[in-house]
Amino acid sequence: MFQLLQINTPVPRDIPLPLPLPEWLLVALLVFSFLLHIIFVNLMIGGTVLTLWCQIKGLKEKDYHNLAHEISRTITVNKSLAVVLGVAPLLSISTLYATYFYSATSLTGGMWIALIPLITVAFLLTYLNKYTWHVLDKNKPLSIAIIATATALFLFIPLIFLVNVNLMLFPEKWGTIKGFFSALLLPNVFPRYLHFIFASMAVTGLFIFWYMGRKNYPFEMYFEKLTRYEIKKKAYSLTLAASVAQFIMGPLVLLTLPTKGFDWKLILVILSGAGIALPAMWWIWKAITGNPENIDRHFGKIVFALGVTVIFMGSGRHVYRANALAPHQKLMAANTAEFERLSKEARENPIAEQVDLKIDSTLGPVAKGAALFELNCSSCHKEKEKLVGPPIVEMVEIYTGSKDKLTQWIKAPGKKRPGFPQMPGFAQLSDEDREEIAQYILSIKTK
Amino acid sequence: MDFPMFHLDWLNDRFLIAIIAILHVFINHGLAVGFIPYITRLEQQGVMNSGPDQITNLEWDNMVHKMMKVGFIVTTTLGAMTGVGIWLSVSVVSPSSIASLIKVFYWAWFIEWLVFVTEVVLILIYFLTWKNSNKSLKAKLRHIRFGWFLSVFSWITMAIIVSILGFMMDPGNWNNQHSLINGFTNPIYIPQLLFRTPTAMLVGGIFGYLLSTVFTKKNTTLRARAVKQSSIWILIWAPLSLIGAIYYYRALPQAMVENMSTAVGTLEFAQYYDLLKWIIIGAVSTVLIISLLGIWKPKKIRFAMVLIPCIMAFGFLGIFERVREFIRKPYVIKGYMYSNLLREEDYPLYKRDGILKYAIYTSTPEVTESNKIGAGRNVFILTCSRCHTTQGINSIVGVFEKMYGPGKPFDEGAIAAFTKGMHNGRTFMPEFPGSKKELDALSAYIKHLQQTGDVIEGAQNEGIVVNPKQSIDAVVKLLEKQEKQKADSLAEVAVTKN
Repeated sequence: MFQLLQINTPVPRDIPLPLPLPEWLLVALLVFSFLLHIIFVNLMIGGTVLTLWCQIKGLKEKDYHNLAHEISRTITVNKSLAVVLGVAPLLSISTLYATYFYSATSLTGGMWIALIPLITVAFLLTYLNKYTWHVLDKNKPLSIAIIATATALFLFIPLIFLVNVNLMLFPEKWGTIKGFFSALLLPNVFPRYLHFIFASMAVTGLFIFWYMGRKNYPFEMYFEKLTRYEIKKKAYSLTLAASVAQFIMGPLVLLTLPTKGFDWKLILVILSGAGIALPAMWWIWKAITGNPENIDRHFGKIVFALGVTVIFMGSGRHVYRANALAPHQKLMAANTAEFERLSKEARENPIAEQVDLKIDSTLGPVAKGAALFELNCSSCHKEKEKLVGPPIVEMVEIYTGSKDKLTQWIKAPGKKRPGFPQMPGFAQLSDEDREEIAQYILSIKTK
Repeated sequence: MDFPMFHLDWLNDRFLIAIIAILHVFINHGLAVGFIPYITRLEQQGVMNSGPDQITNLEWDNMVHKMMKVGFIVTTTLGAMTGVGIWLSVSVVSPSSIASLIKVFYWAWFIEWLVFVTEVVLILIYFLTWKNSNKSLKAKLRHIRFGWFLSVFSWITMAIIVSILGFMMDPGNWNNQHSLINGFTNPIYIPQLLFRTPTAMLVGGIFGYLLSTVFTKKNTTLRARAVKQSSIWILIWAPLSLIGAIYYYRALPQAMVENMSTAVGTLEFAQYYDLLKWIIIGAVSTVLIISLLGIWKPKKIRFAMVLIPCIMAFGFLGIFERVREFIRKPYVIKGYMYSNLLREEDYPLYKRDGILKYAIYTSTPEVTESNKIGAGRNVFILTCSRCHTTQGINSIVGVFEKMYGPGKPFDEGAIAAFTKGMHNGRTFMPEFPGSKKELDALSAYIKHLQQTGDVIEGAQNEGIVVNPKQSIDAVVKLLEKQEKQKADSLAEVAVTKN
């Protein structure tokens, strides 16, 4: 069984070109641009989920109906920034890990390409929800159906990304899967997915706290009963609850992560990141349970601490990836070097087959022409029967006595006859070569 | 061949990229670069034509805002996703080439990305602050100035991307200087930019013209004025677009001659080139007619009348893309990598040892009598499937039947003879890279395809089979050998030093 697994692990060759930047710089760009991207993805997903939740609650309470609309307006900006910020990490991972990343996306190619229509439709649905808000006032269930569909899509789409960044780490699994759905079942996609969803809610909670707490946000214009304090308290509570849940999800991810990427550095980074979240959670707790006028007190510190958590987690992600792939990358480098060596050797010692013209000297003065004909023309012209084009015997009939017309035709053939495909031109041959060919053709006896 | 082979056996892999990319071109020319200045001009006219006590003509402004809303929605959904989609599709259809290009031109794409982020932010600001800006004249004028700024910035993104398109086609660029600057000095750069700029304006204008028939009622003054202004815009840009098109049309073969990768005389190129000529004439003339009508009889204009010229204008853009991409062949990276994703410098090795031996994923590392059809199938996947399907669009059965006669049973020997020399007659085709045995297996497979109507599935559905010669077992041994050789040579040096 072990033996079989060994055989099934491919060792591709790497792209034999140097990195455009020092590796450490590319890694830094990858990790930071990815975190920037993922924060806006978090806000997009969290915003959509909250909009749906508030719309449902809004069927009974008007303020929640308005709250839903207010939150839905943030999706527009966050989604566009999420997409455009995704390009830099995509570019960077394709530079650093082309073989792994592209192998994984090719293996799940159907669903990978499906990202385009799925995300487009999800975005259009969020616009539809926003722009039909007042029109559908008398048909709220339809409006809810629209945002629910968008939410379902946004909850599914991250799985496509997760399946790929997971699959890329395990070449030993590439031979065992068939398409997206089998790769979905590999460890540890689902724990990572749940970890991500809770993170989205935590980040969105902080965002709502800030967005609705701004001095220039005309809160009283939208809400009759709900106060600013109440909304901010709910937003903080969401972040706190989601963060508490992460203390279960996080260990679950660690416990289900395949062993091959583990080392002490990883444990240190992850535990540090988790540790820094604890004071943030404490400050949130104090803000929620303390006096209303003090609710803003620790906000800066909370954002900073959780920001550091995010950076540590993002870095830990990369540490795992680097560890998991290091042994395989060494093998890949060996395979690449060997191939380059063999290719160079073959280039420097081309085999006899490379010599193109096989000149049969027994044919006398038309020997070269015959060899050129064999190479360039015989795939479409036979001596006596039609193959693709007319046979030589017909050419002799038409062109005997006008060799120049024949060489001209070979160079730039004229209009095709019905029933025959158009002959390609042979302008790339020299005038002499065309002469030789014409001479050979016209030497054939038609009997 | 280093990657699992994603494949769409009916649609054809190139067509997947083409559909996504051409949609993206429609949107970035017609709904962004060309559309935003058109809109800003209309917004400005709303202010200029309003009464002394008004900030702007609200009826007009609301119409323009609705038009911009369409542009905003389409660009931030389909526009953005087709842009990313080009990356996604190219990386599954042609991974070796894009991975190579990224390693060399990372900076160019990074700069392009920075410009894109800025453009997205600017478009968000322009659209989302529109209504608020109507509150004071100062705010409105600032908003309009912002629109002009966005228009210029949008054009700059086009100027940079055209450079990126250029360096991918440029003959000497790959082996010499790996910089974005070379994209700008490519002979095709200025013609392409001088074509794309007015054409984007033209397409933006005709699309806006179409929208003005949607957002106004017929026989109203509002429609008449909107139609008239759209027509004036189009009439300003149409002659420039035509001149640019002719200049670019002339520059394309020149670029090809310099590329020397395809003979200008190949029939396939000539067919596209001819079609292009007719579409240029057709598109520009229908657009001109509807614009002249729009000035002379604006009240008679109906949606259906504008739809055809609008479609033709988009088609005009699309066909140029097809012709431009044709220039690459038989290479995907000129002088380095063929469209079949194999490097030119590796061909001697493949011809000597066969290509199957070096494929990472194949069930047949060697051709034998018993596995001939299966080996032929694998050779097809490795060397032909990037451009040909089995029975679908541009099918291998179809191209041979066109040559030999439909329905006529294939002759394996003839197919092998043709395939061996096809790069001489059809210079847009890469040379067949494999050994003689592999060529025979491929020919047998092609005949089998004609007889059975068989198809192939891509790795995304079928999974992959790892070539034992390229698996961990084999490479571990290889690594041991390499390390031993290194140790031996180090020992030798130590001995000679002593």
